[in-house]
Amino acid sequence: MSDLPWLTLLWAVPLVGALVTAFVPKAPGSALPKQVGLVFSLLTLAVGIAIAAQYDTGDGMQLTETHTWIEAFGVHYALGVDGLGLLLILMTAALVPIVLVASWHEADDRSPAAFFAWALALESFALVVFAATDVFLFYVVFEATLIPAYFLIGRFGRAGRGSAALKFLMYQLGGGLILLAAVIGLYVVSADAGTPSYLLGDLAKLDIGTNTERWLFVGFMIAFAIKAPLFPLHTWLADTTEKATPGTSVLLVCILDKIGTFGMLRFCLGLFPEASQWATPVVVAIALVSIVYGALVAIGQDDILRLIGLTSLSHFGFITLGIFAFSSQGGSGSILYMVNHGVGTAALFLIAGYLIKRKGTSLISQITGVEAKAPVLAGLFLVAGLATLGLPGLSQFVSEILVLISAFDYHWWVGAIAVTGIVLAAVYVLWLYQRTMTGPSAPGDEALVDLNRRELVAVVPLMLALVLFGFYPTPLLDVSNPTVDSLLQHVGVSDEAPTVADHAEEGAH
Amino acid sequence: MDFTKPTIEYADLWPLLVVFGVACAGVVVEAFVPRALRFIIQTALAVAGILVALAGTVIVARDLDVLGDGVARGAIDAEGTIAVDGPALFFWGILLVFALGGALLFAERRLEGGVSAFAGQAAALPGTEAERQASTRGLEHTEVYPLMMFALGGMMLFSAANDLLTLFVALEVLSLPLYLLCGLARRRRLLSQEAALKYFLLGAFSSAFFLYGVALVYGFSGAMGFAEINEAVRNDIGNQTLLLMGIGMISVGLLFKVGAAPFHSWTPDVYQGAPTPVTAFMAAGTKIAAFGAMLRIFYVAFGSDRWTWQPMLWIIAILTMLVGAVLAIVQTDMKRMLAYSSVAHTGFLLTGVLGVQAASELADGEVTSLQAVLFYLTTYGFSIIGAFAIVTLVRDAGGEATQFRSWRGLGRRSPLVAGLFAFFLLSMAGIPLTAGFVGKWAVFTVALAAGAWPVVIAAVLCSIIAVFFYVRVILLMFFDDDDVTAPGEVASVTKPSVLTSATILVGVAATLVLGVVPGPVLDLAANAGQFVR
Repeated sequence: MSDLPWLTLLWAVPLVGALVTAFVPKAPGSALPKQVGLVFSLLTLAVGIAIAAQYDTGDGMQLTETHTWIEAFGVHYALGVDGLGLLLILMTAALVPIVLVASWHEADDRSPAAFFAWALALESFALVVFAATDVFLFYVVFEATLIPAYFLIGRFGRAGRGSAALKFLMYQLGGGLILLAAVIGLYVVSADAGTPSYLLGDLAKLDIGTNTERWLFVGFMIAFAIKAPLFPLHTWLADTTEKATPGTSVLLVCILDKIGTFGMLRFCLGLFPEASQWATPVVVAIALVSIVYGALVAIGQDDILRLIGLTSLSHFGFITLGIFAFSSQGGSGSILYMVNHGVGTAALFLIAGYLIKRKGTSLISQITGVEAKAPVLAGLFLVAGLATLGLPGLSQFVSEILVLISAFDYHWWVGAIAVTGIVLAAVYVLWLYQRTMTGPSAPGDEALVDLNRRELVAVVPLMLALVLFGFYPTPLLDVSNPTVDSLLQHVGVSDEAPTVADHAEEGAH
Repeated sequence: MDFTKPTIEYADLWPLLVVFGVACAGVVVEAFVPRALRFIIQTALAVAGILVALAGTVIVARDLDVLGDGVARGAIDAEGTIAVDGPALFFWGILLVFALGGALLFAERRLEGGVSAFAGQAAALPGTEAERQASTRGLEHTEVYPLMMFALGGMMLFSAANDLLTLFVALEVLSLPLYLLCGLARRRRLLSQEAALKYFLLGAFSSAFFLYGVALVYGFSGAMGFAEINEAVRNDIGNQTLLLMGIGMISVGLLFKVGAAPFHSWTPDVYQGAPTPVTAFMAAGTKIAAFGAMLRIFYVAFGSDRWTWQPMLWIIAILTMLVGAVLAIVQTDMKRMLAYSSVAHTGFLLTGVLGVQAASELADGEVTSLQAVLFYLTTYGFSIIGAFAIVTLVRDAGGEATQFRSWRGLGRRSPLVAGLFAFFLLSMAGIPLTAGFVGKWAVFTVALAAGAWPVVIAAVLCSIIAVFFYVRVILLMFFDDDDVTAPGEVASVTKPSVLTSATILVGVAATLVLGVVPGPVLDLAANAGQFVR
């Protein structure tokens, strides 16, 4: 049982699923491809749970598989999970079936089989990204995720999606090619040191010259800052989320963008610890700008999907801030934040999608008084919104408080600026709710119906997760803490004052 | 004076001789066989000749002499004029494979309703009664097969030539048939003839440069053979200026053939005007042969003088990538766009060429520049032939529809063909899991390892530009929602015979396999070893 290559299975299942979904013989309008796609996504989730069940929290990289892939380049097919990878893998595996259920009729007017197949392909590549322990393999799948994403944006969604897809791809590939240069640089450094190898374990042992290390760090960081996204490389985000279907946006913002912050932890800190500390002031500043700027711009939006997209800019600022605060609270907080943001934002996007489907518009100024006709929809939207703004008792609060502690720990004014992000979050969420949900219902809303069973099935698990991890985040912390500790040890930082760490413990529970 | 019979190592050279022999036999067939039988005989002859030569290349490659602990394999044959070594045989192999694809495309007769893509009667002026008669009688030129075989032989010789005179002869043998082939399009004949004339004039001009350079280098070194020139460069005898001018002028000739800026201006016109099967064959073949010759002359003859030509190649490479990528953006014709993209690819290949390092500077198992360029040429050849083969399928009432506006929405009407084309474009753009990515990775790596980081940065920026115009075509085919275009303005896919389909499918399969498991071909390129001096 334990000899099974679990991680290979993990990405192979959705990839096979994508092919089967795309080519299964079907009558026009048949739901068969969609059912097949859903079954495969659930199978993937089952594999993910099986992996989690075998995972031993204290044991570093696990379930490793290493095979030579391209000998000439020192490239291995190497997979493994640690706490960080495991949490993101589980989040991905759980979100995809939810997205598929929520988007059941989204692509009916075009090609539902294609939508489901591309979504599964995206899941497959994303899972390899989170499990890769070879930089080249990581790069390959990092770029490969763009193809399904490009087709998902470009073929499904609202008018203007073609150019949104182009903009998305240009940004991402631009970052990717800069990353390529840095990845090649790693090869050269590794070859100069003896035998070229791309394995993370080998690369972490390299003694890279200070200047080279900084250049390579910059290359990696730019790519991840586009992916995450951070100010000022975020401009693709709002356009993409506005034009794409809400389901696609969930896949992009909640799963793919996590690759950016995942990469910062795994590669920037893991491979270039010295350069990461060297760059901290700049990165922290960028993170703060993203937090405040993202929130401010979000407040000014009239399009719900743009608004939700831009809130993520603010959230990714928080995650980055936590990573580069170099403390155990910050590290655990940002890992937790990645998961909680995935859950909370997915809920927001999907419910907003339901709303837009009903109203036929995504403009906040044209939606009002939904509460009266669709109380369940409005209520769930409120819960998801409150989670986003960090209400205690909902999961995002825990991660946000950890990040803020580390920010204050880093410097008091960094914490002070970051806190404004929370205040602004309250503004954009509550004001959005007030404008769209409360008040008298608009004329023509007589036919507005509340959520049906399929729509509920998709979002209820997300709500449960928000509440569960809000009150009981220990399992997540248990998984993420060892990873953060070993990472910080590698970087050579220890928490300055132990008393602060104690406070963090209290704050976390 | 005694006349001594030159020694010719037939055992090593026979694949080359088979190709030339088949070409000559094709001429005889043309003279003596009745018209009705010529097509089938010529096609069979060409395909069989290529296959035999390919088998021969493999056989010769298997029992090459190993020199210097496996650093190089092969021998110098035919009185020092031809080097049959690992790299040369690799070039022969891929040239023959792509020539096979070219021959299959040449033989495609289903797309034009029973005739080939070549002019019925090249001598008939466009728009005259003679042309109409040739067309109604269903005439076609089967001379294209021997012409292609001659060009192929010239390409093989070009990449294996070991002295300057053989190199020049090979250059002409490969060029002259191509000039002719370019002017033989069945449709848009004026454009085709203009392309041929332009190619011929510029080609002749660049040949003159090349020849002048040969003379100057001879003047410097007193020898034609690459090894002797290298010896002279190493000993630094004589007039350095003569050598520099010679290197410069020979470079002009070679850079013209590969289509590097600022000698690229023939590429778009010729690629667009030539019959598409010829474009496919030429785009892959000429580039491979010319890079073969360039690598050999720079690495072997001028290898000791690296510091003088590397800076030149830096500038040329950056300029070529930039010109190719930027000008490709504004194109509205598929063939011209592919032509400019091929200019950009020349720049990427040059990035690999200038990444040469001495063996002592390389780590054990590190990628060498020769290996990288060989691999890149392989991947590029498969995707460019496949892409042009698909261009031949997309047609409207006036023949091939190469304008962008005709390709709008092709993804909905013919998802398979559009999908395959998109795949080729993604490979050329260098997206992972395609062969183009691995090739790009390899050439960038060797350049960076050699310290050419400004070139690599320029290459990365140009790749970003290049992504834009490739992806825009995908956008056009798949995401364009203007269904309201008038009928006739959009093109549709004509179902090809098995010949074109096979070429496309082999291209797709190779592009995918080389992208996912590039190891074997990379190892093959590594095993080819260095050039024999």
